[in-house]
Amino acid sequence: MSDAGQKKTPLYDEHVRRGAKIIPFGGWMMPVQYTSIVEEHQAVRKNIGMFDISHMGQLIASGPAAAGWLNEMLTNNIDKLEVGQGQYTFLLNDAGGIIDDLIAYRIGNQRFLLVVNASRAEEDFDWLDRHRANDVLLGDRSAHFGGVAIQGPRVTELFVDLPARNHIVDVELEGMAVSIARTGYTGEDGVEVFFGASDAAKFWNAVLAHGEKFGIKPCGLGARDTLRLEMCYPLNGSDLSPERNPIEAGLGFFVDLAKPKFTGRDVLLKAKETGTPQKLAAFRMDGKGPPPRPHYPVFNNGNRIGEVTSGTLSPSLNYGIGMAYIDAHFSRIATKIEIEIRGQKFPAIIEKKPLYKKDKIPLPPETAAATTPS
Amino acid sequence: MNVPDDLLYTESHEWIKREGDNIRVGITDHAQAELTDIVYVELPKKDRQVNAKEAIAVVESVKAASDIYAPVKGTVVDANQELSSNPALINTDPFGKGWLFVLKIDNADDLKNLKEAAAYKKQIG
Repeated sequence: MSDAGQKKTPLYDEHVRRGAKIIPFGGWMMPVQYTSIVEEHQAVRKNIGMFDISHMGQLIASGPAAAGWLNEMLTNNIDKLEVGQGQYTFLLNDAGGIIDDLIAYRIGNQRFLLVVNASRAEEDFDWLDRHRANDVLLGDRSAHFGGVAIQGPRVTELFVDLPARNHIVDVELEGMAVSIARTGYTGEDGVEVFFGASDAAKFWNAVLAHGEKFGIKPCGLGARDTLRLEMCYPLNGSDLSPERNPIEAGLGFFVDLAKPKFTGRDVLLKAKETGTPQKLAAFRMDGKGPPPRPHYPVFNNGNRIGEVTSGTLSPSLNYGIGMAYIDAHFSRIATKIEIEIRGQKFPAIIEKKPLYKKDKIPLPPETAAATTPS
Repeated sequence: MNVPDDLLYTESHEWIKREGDNIRVGITDHAQAELTDIVYVELPKKDRQVNAKEAIAVVESVKAASDIYAPVKGTVVDANQELSSNPALINTDPFGKGWLFVLKIDNADDLKNLKEAAAYKKQIG
């Protein structure tokens, strides 16, 4: 591993101090785990876990033309956002391929916060800046801000007066100006909180102190990955790429084809009408065997039909799970497939997304869809 | 981190215990702590002839699959089948019940290429 040139978040020293194992990720030195991926995963499913998301990019688009311009740059319909509301959306290239998946928050009438993937932040900014309309200001506040995701069923005990799902509010907590968003990427209730970089360590430690009685644990990227994969939330660079569009990734819900104009619209319209050669399907291993991993080939009756993009042993379900791009006619639920692992084929079954279904009161349709891409 | 003095070690974090003409092999406490949450183990078949530094087993954590190497040239005479139902034994008892396989060694002199505990301790800092 090469650590040279890797950036550090404002929480890096806290991770080291608390004994986290650090790895390079998307150009950043990030904690992959503190104690154990399984323990951290279970903390989020049962209590609360906190993740450093300061590596994620935070872009600000503002000005009288910002909403109209973003609606041409992004797939979801930004006009549906009231002030203080966010939505999951895609930034596409001209061929409809995915540059990045992100959350766009309307933080003012003419002001938007875009939270983007760490590894794509510069590329996103360059793309947006190159296509910037007149009367739109585009800024990158990433270097001056930090963020954490605090996720798990007991978050509602830790915080009072949380915003509604997918909404964001500015509040003052213990003298720190923070933005709290009721969003996340784990399938649990939770928040993502953004703050000035100089408050990062203070905020992190305050939350851990207050959260102790609710069983809070600091968590690394390892658990973040197993949690999101159980929910079939895609990871850019693995499940999403510039060669794949949101329709074949099964994420058409976050594309508003009724919008008259946006980058990639023609390609997506055609993909929707005629179908795509491959689809991103969720699967589980059937019986004992090694966990699936990215790039393992997928077979049906001896024919190669695709490739795994994400795979792990599910800590909640205790069997191997994954997602794979496979030829569309094999993507039907309950189809039997095989995953080739070190030269040997192991049986697997196409499953409905999400792979992990939590027993909970169903959310209202709009919010349920917004937190559960499928 | 536990590094028993009576064992030999490899750069790639295997431990080696001499048992007459055989050696018993596992992964070190340091290695299991780095991997954590071991969920699957693939073991070599009995009677397989192996070369030094040949990948002959796989240990998988939640996060990744890691190759395990034969420390010296020899023949597989036993493998720890208990690990297939309970791979976490490597986490809980890396130097004991978490052993991986036993090799009958071709040449006892080959063991001289392995590290003593002090050298391995220095390696893992």
